[in-house]
Amino acid sequence: MESRIYLDNAAASRTDPEVVRAMLPYFDEIYAVASSQFSHTPGILAREALDRSRETLARRLSASPEEIIFTSGGTESNNLAVKGAAWAAKTAKKHLICSQIEHQSVLHSCQWLEKQGFSLTTVRVDGEGFVDLDQLEDSIRPDTLLVSIQQGNQEVGTIQPVDRIAEICRARGVLFHTDASFSFTQADLDLSAVPADLVTLSAHRIHGPKGIGALYVRKGTPIEKMMHGGYHEFSLRSGTENVAGAVGFAKAVELSGAREAARIRALQGRLFERLGATVEDIEVNGPGDMERRLPGNVNVSFKRVEGESVVLHLDMKGISVITGSACFSRSLEPSYVMMAMGFSHERAHGSIRFSLSRFNHEEEIDRTADSCRDVVGALRRISPLSS
Amino acid sequence: MALPYTEKVLDHFMHPHNVGKMEDADAHATEGSPACGDMVKLYLKVDEKTHVIQDVKFESYGCASNIATGSVITDLAKGKTLDEAKKINWKAANEELGGLPAVKVHCAVLAVDALRTAIENYEHRHGLVKEKIPTTEDVVMKRLSRVINPLAGQDVVKTGLIRAVRVGQGEVAVSVGLPADHQFANNIREEIIERIEPLWDVKRVAVTFIGE
Repeated sequence: MESRIYLDNAAASRTDPEVVRAMLPYFDEIYAVASSQFSHTPGILAREALDRSRETLARRLSASPEEIIFTSGGTESNNLAVKGAAWAAKTAKKHLICSQIEHQSVLHSCQWLEKQGFSLTTVRVDGEGFVDLDQLEDSIRPDTLLVSIQQGNQEVGTIQPVDRIAEICRARGVLFHTDASFSFTQADLDLSAVPADLVTLSAHRIHGPKGIGALYVRKGTPIEKMMHGGYHEFSLRSGTENVAGAVGFAKAVELSGAREAARIRALQGRLFERLGATVEDIEVNGPGDMERRLPGNVNVSFKRVEGESVVLHLDMKGISVITGSACFSRSLEPSYVMMAMGFSHERAHGSIRFSLSRFNHEEEIDRTADSCRDVVGALRRISPLSS
Repeated sequence: MALPYTEKVLDHFMHPHNVGKMEDADAHATEGSPACGDMVKLYLKVDEKTHVIQDVKFESYGCASNIATGSVITDLAKGKTLDEAKKINWKAANEELGGLPAVKVHCAVLAVDALRTAIENYEHRHGLVKEKIPTTEDVVMKRLSRVINPLAGQDVVKTGLIRAVRVGQGEVAVSVGLPADHQFANNIREEIIERIEPLWDVKRVAVTFIGE
């Protein structure tokens, strides 16, 4: 399928060939367990590769290497951040705050903790997906332990002002976790300036491999491990280190730069513009101000058609996208992100997410917009909502 | 390619038969709503003497299963008498399509319901009117047998998901054998309410989950 146009990069992106090349030696040459400096040579080489990868990630965030904990991915990092902080709380602090549109790994971790005796405040978002900062600030109580607000949204690309949220939390003596799974390297995050305590990172959305992620844990942050065993990852996450994964993750970070972000930003603008010019009756979902939106995210609703039909038709034409429609979801419910943004069911059912990457180009964008025009036109002709 | 649909489903989805609006229809019916993500409108043209369905058209706002079922159900109904067409159920449509994924059957049922309701509407307007039947547990169970259990692709009654139904003073209480935090709980709750609430003597529907 050489001509397939892949626009589901926010789910998983193509592992960059350079990443694959960087990883390969760690399968059949340097396959020893990353061990202490007093071990045998292969073990030391593996350890050095792991350390270099850790340094690359730390540098990107202006953090220290000891603050980077490798995990199996964003979901594990979010679980470790939220549950780990909760379990470490020896005080009477039993209150958590998150937003309505967090990734399920944060939402469900918080909801699980609620069953364990914690209380949870879920802060609302506006029609563009921005967290209500007033409500957030008002929700902080003397017993508030942790605030968890994502940096970039998975569906509509909203970039939250995490610098301001971090300041608010710092001033009130509350831990702040941000899930940067969808925004790492796509939106700025300088941890020497932003006082976040915990940050979730993921590799496979930025052309790294699946099965590797990281949690940034600021020095001195009280956190309890979840995975018990050996003394790996500064005793915060037991388990044999995924050296090849870490090497791939670091390579992916090295490859992502400002020039590329600008190029993807241009493709994003082009797709919005083309869709607006070729398809009637569409609504933009998420921020209108592109500076406050992840560069690879385009999300629109086509009125009077249902998303799964659009997805399937586009798939037949060799284009990969997803929808917020109930028919597409595993729970048979429309996107909870869009429901929280106050959208009608119909708008969620007709929503399509296009997520772009470095491997997309202009000609693909134009073909996608033309295909949407054809597919949406055909579906509208048989829609009872059109008459 | 491992798409979850049979070639027949995809063919009907890509090139649906009998689509469009019918301006001079003798009866029509709409099932579903934009809010629930699937909606079918079905039109009938019926011979007054023979009661043969001369023409049938449908419009769909919905997913692939919904469109494909609308297409086969209208194929099946065309040329049949009303009594014959009433017997067309989603099982027949499902067989014709070579099988739909279980989780998608509830989208497909709408087209079958639209056909039945359009026939009922025709009958109402052309003579045979049934009297208002008070809602009993049997009436509720019959209605619930049109709610599909997405876990099995069959209705919630047949699959034993309905544990108890109580009817009294305009209130209907339905117990469902699923945990309240099951991934399909909200969806099933909404569908049950949608089916029972329109009954003329029902004021309130309460759905409780008794999961194990």
